[in-house]
Amino acid sequence: MAKFAEVGIRPVAISVDTPEVSRDLVQKANYTFTFLSDPKADVIRRYDLLHTGAGIDGQDIARPAEFLLDSSGTVRWVNLTENYWVRARPEQILEVAKTLR
Amino acid sequence: MNARKFNWTIWSGFLLSLIAFLSYPFVFVWFPVTRDFPWANLLLFALAAALLVVGVRRTFAPDRGPQAGPLGMVDRPRPRRSKIATSILAAFSVAVFGFFIFSTFILARRLPVSHSAPQISQKAPDFTLSDTNGKPVSLSELLASPVNGNAPKGVLLVFYRGYW
Repeated sequence: MAKFAEVGIRPVAISVDTPEVSRDLVQKANYTFTFLSDPKADVIRRYDLLHTGAGIDGQDIARPAEFLLDSSGTVRWVNLTENYWVRARPEQILEVAKTLR
Repeated sequence: MNARKFNWTIWSGFLLSLIAFLSYPFVFVWFPVTRDFPWANLLLFALAAALLVVGVRRTFAPDRGPQAGPLGMVDRPRPRRSKIATSILAAFSVAVFGFFIFSTFILARRLPVSHSAPQISQKAPDFTLSDTNGKPVSLSELLASPVNGNAPKGVLLVFYRGYW
C-alpha cells in the first residue's frame, strides 16, 4: 500500500460497512488507506455495483470492483471481476498508475 | 473374530479433502498464482481421492486372500474394517469436493453484470461518504488533497463486499 503513495495514488476502500466496522478493520489489519462507508449503498448503486441480497443477512452489498482515476477524476483503468475471489493485483494497478501524470 | 482395524487411508483421505477445501479461503487465496485458478486445491483433492479409493478397496476386499507376510505372500484372513465408517467418510469427502467446486466455480462467479459502471475515459461521479471517524469526505476532496506531500496523481477506488 505504501507503494501506491510512492507513485502519488491514494487508495480508497468503499463498502456498506459502517464507520465503526471499518475502524475495527483498519485497527486490526493496520491499514493506512482511506475507508469510506456507504451503508445505504447509494454510491455503490450510482456506480452500478450493487449485488442485491448477497450479504450474510441478505443485505445489498457491493460487488468487488476497482477504478483508477487520474487527478481530474477521469477513469483510466477499471477491473470488474467475474469471480469474487479474484481481485486485481497491486502490480497491475501500479503499472497503470506510473503512466498517470 | 478379529477386531476391526482402524482404516487410516479412509480417515486421511477424508481429512485431506477437508484441508483441500479450507486451504483455499484461508491460505491459497492470498497468493495470486494459487488463487486465480485453484490448482493447488484440486491437486490436494486428487491426493485425497487416491487415498479414499485405496481405503474403500481395503474395506470391501474379500475376507480372505493373499497378503504380504513376513515369509512372503500368505493366504490368511484380512483385517476387518468398518464398512459403515468407510461409506460415510467417502460420501462426506465427495460432498466436500462437490461443495468446493460449487463455491469456487459457480457461487463466486454469480456476480451481477455491471452495465453502467463508469468506463475508461469517463468521469467518475462525485460522492460524499463518511470516513472511519464519521467525517464526510468527498471524491473531489480526495482528488485534491496531497499524497506524501505532493499533488496526487490519482485515486484508486476499491469497492469491496465488506465484513458485514
